[in-house]
Amino acid sequence: MDGDNRVVDDRTPGVEEYEPTASYLSYTAGLGLAILTTIVSFVVSQTNLLWPPGIPVGLVVLAFAQIGVHLVFFLHLGSGPDHTNNIVALAFGVLIVFLVIAGSIWIIANLNANMIDMIH
Amino acid sequence: MTLTAATDFVAAESARGRGGGGPAPTRIVVAYGFWIFLLSDFVLFSGLFAAYAVLRHETAGGPTGAELFNLRNVFIETMCLLLSSYTCGLGALSAERRRPERFFVFAALTFVLGAAFLAIEAREFAGMVGKGAGPGRSAFLSSFFTLVGTHGVHVTGGLVFLAYMVAQVLVKGLRPPVLRRLLCFSLFWHALDIIWVGVFTLVYLIGDFH
Repeated sequence: MDGDNRVVDDRTPGVEEYEPTASYLSYTAGLGLAILTTIVSFVVSQTNLLWPPGIPVGLVVLAFAQIGVHLVFFLHLGSGPDHTNNIVALAFGVLIVFLVIAGSIWIIANLNANMIDMIH
Repeated sequence: MTLTAATDFVAAESARGRGGGGPAPTRIVVAYGFWIFLLSDFVLFSGLFAAYAVLRHETAGGPTGAELFNLRNVFIETMCLLLSSYTCGLGALSAERRRPERFFVFAALTFVLGAAFLAIEAREFAGMVGKGAGPGRSAFLSSFFTLVGTHGVHVTGGLVFLAYMVAQVLVKGLRPPVLRRLLCFSLFWHALDIIWVGVFTLVYLIGDFH
């Protein structure tokens, strides 16, 4: 029957559809992982568990790990079709954030190095 | 379901989010628009993070971060915000499952934890200004107060947003438009926690270490 085939994706535009994306369990798992990375960050910064010159790098890696946990478990960013646009937008946002932060640090460090020492 | 119907279904599913399969539900579109706003907020913060990263050693003979920061307080602050993110998520979930009484409990917890975060931050700021380490003391402190203060202003805005959402649920009930606004609120609140991860790592932990 022709009619049978057509009802398959006959969604009315704008009609609400609830797909259970999250559960109490996924939030709790996210909280556990976030607490774990937070505690490790604080411990690493206050002790010599890591090779001391490597501590800032370790802290940045832990921060990225925790941000990943937040994105997946709290903001529910996934690889499903409903998230394609969100992921592309996020990638663009990350690019801009990286350009602003890394670019500023790079340029100012150069300016600083080439500055004639007047006060000190 | 016939074989043709099954193939059609698979084709429609794989085309979703890629311009095929018809318009996306309003909920997805609203969340996408709000996500774009949040990303622009991240760009705003990236400027403040860059300023702080550049200026954090320019103390002009004034106090340094290691002398001013109390990591115990920062840890409590971090936990308050993280737990409030958790209760906010559970509140949003309860609302989606049409459990208003649970939603109110989680919303109240979120509000209290967010307010506790702000109270600790306000006390820290007041203590620093009292010690003569206000935003006017050095470039380091100007950038510190701007970055951490802007985050604090966002948290304050989030608390107002939350109170407004509770009022909406009370008056209008858990209708689809209210649920969509609630989704936006929870996205906003989780995004603030993401920014705080950057703040405590760059400002307090790396700043204290040097």
